[in-house]
Amino acid sequence: MYTQGLVSIEGAGGAEEERFQARVDAEERIEPNDRMPEAYRRTLLRQISQHAHSEIVGMLPEGNWITRAPSLKRKAALLAKVQDEGGHGLYLYAAAETLGSSREEMVDALLEGRAKYSSIFNYPTRTWADIGAIGWLVDGAAIMNQIPLCRCSYGPYARAMIRICREESFHQRQGYEIMLTLCRGTEAQKAMAQDALDRWWWPCLMMFGPPDGESQHSDASARWKIKRFSNDGLRQKFIDATVPQAHYLGLAVPDPELRFDEASGHWHSGPIDWEEFRRVLAGGGVCNRDRLEARRRAHEEGAWVREAALAYAARQRRVAA
Amino acid sequence: MSATIPVAETPLVRFLLGRADDALILGHRLSEWTGHAPILEEELALANIGLDLIGQARALYAFAAEAEGAGHDEDDYAYLRDEGQFRNLLIAERPRGDFADTMVRQALYAIYAEMFWQAASQSTQRELAGFAAKAAKEMAYHVRHAGTWVVRLGDGTAESHARAQAALDRIAPYLDEMFDAEDPSLAGIVPDVPALRPGWDGAVRALLEEAKLSLPDVPFPQRGGRAGRHGETLGHLLATFQHLHRSHPGATW
Repeated sequence: MYTQGLVSIEGAGGAEEERFQARVDAEERIEPNDRMPEAYRRTLLRQISQHAHSEIVGMLPEGNWITRAPSLKRKAALLAKVQDEGGHGLYLYAAAETLGSSREEMVDALLEGRAKYSSIFNYPTRTWADIGAIGWLVDGAAIMNQIPLCRCSYGPYARAMIRICREESFHQRQGYEIMLTLCRGTEAQKAMAQDALDRWWWPCLMMFGPPDGESQHSDASARWKIKRFSNDGLRQKFIDATVPQAHYLGLAVPDPELRFDEASGHWHSGPIDWEEFRRVLAGGGVCNRDRLEARRRAHEEGAWVREAALAYAARQRRVAA
Repeated sequence: MSATIPVAETPLVRFLLGRADDALILGHRLSEWTGHAPILEEELALANIGLDLIGQARALYAFAAEAEGAGHDEDDYAYLRDEGQFRNLLIAERPRGDFADTMVRQALYAIYAEMFWQAASQSTQRELAGFAAKAAKEMAYHVRHAGTWVVRLGDGTAESHARAQAALDRIAPYLDEMFDAEDPSLAGIVPDVPALRPGWDGAVRALLEEAKLSLPDVPFPQRGGRAGRHGETLGHLLATFQHLHRSHPGATW
């Protein structure tokens, strides 16, 4: 669903790196067997695997409502949506594997707390309206971040992102439609929608990462055409697209400083609480512990199943040999 | 809270609700795995199978609504009936359990349901026959998927074998109920259910043999789901499933 630029990058130099940079500058796609700087490989591996982890952990907050969805149509749509996220995780792990890591290694890094996933999933889904808000806002922010990745210099990632973005756009429309239905419903439903917007708005703005001046990794990622737009630029684009959608729903955006600036043509928004961002990132969100424990439990409780499948497959191979 | 709806159950309505409830309740049980499956590929497969079943339930509730003619819709049946009005087989409501419980139940049910819908595709009621042909194809996929897992688990490691056998022992009392006859007035519309038993026995015997598992003797088969006499687990499932819908009477979602 979303990946945060938490990667560290070493400086590049030398004739070979210049040739690599020339290929990137010429918008050539870098493929798995091509030579690439070690820092480029590591940067991508970390970014793609974080993205995959985010898809997998992201199944939990929405999965929280599958058994309680308020109509059969919504239940089926939500189950299908969460299934899509699992599918995204699968292609992304496969894309990351082309960079020389295995899915097992990546999953271990997640479960041991060495790898990050998007912090947005450390917020709880308290009501059904959160399912609408996640589709509309979280997937909306993810799309803003991910559309440029469809042109990422690394071929397998770019191709995975094309398919993922198509599905995310569908999810976003579905989420907005949930919100619209709530906003045209009873007073209680509309209040539920407003409460969800109040809780998700600011965390969604944080999804674009720290302000440009404080972002440590953007330079090399931009040079390698992994990242094509700045955090603040994408955040502004998201705000400009989303505020009119909130108004159409009849909902108030929880930002007292929000106003349209005629001169720039952009919505001006108030300051983001970066303390909250850092706190949740560091493990202080409502659900950080629960998310990781749920993943660990599924992994541990599934160990005997995976062992059985391997043992059976090995035996079949021996019989065939 | 939304009030419970009364349903005018003719034999046909009751039959349709029974089959719809089987699919809904089992689909719900599969949806409980979301985010917690042992392998990522199984997240996708369990959701797929659950979606097929929920889709079947929705189509069957629509048939039931037409047959009842009381203006009810799929959500009325799913969300506004009480436990005693649910007509599902007991096998469908048994807890999710571990992965062996899920796959053993799924295989045994899917083998049955494929045969049932295959036979129902010859129904004199054309719409039902059309639905049944499609449902039989879905169930054939479920049979392959769950059947493969039963074999892997039964013939995998000592632990997986023990778990698969224990799952089979736990679910065995709920198998006979699947073959109870439907109301005789529905002959022609609905297949002869007891007649499916020998075919099912043969298919299950072959599967279990490959999986190195054995069906236990069942001194006391359990039945009563079709009559609304459920165990203790369905009430909890419905409390979760119906709570939000019932908390907002008349709301549209």
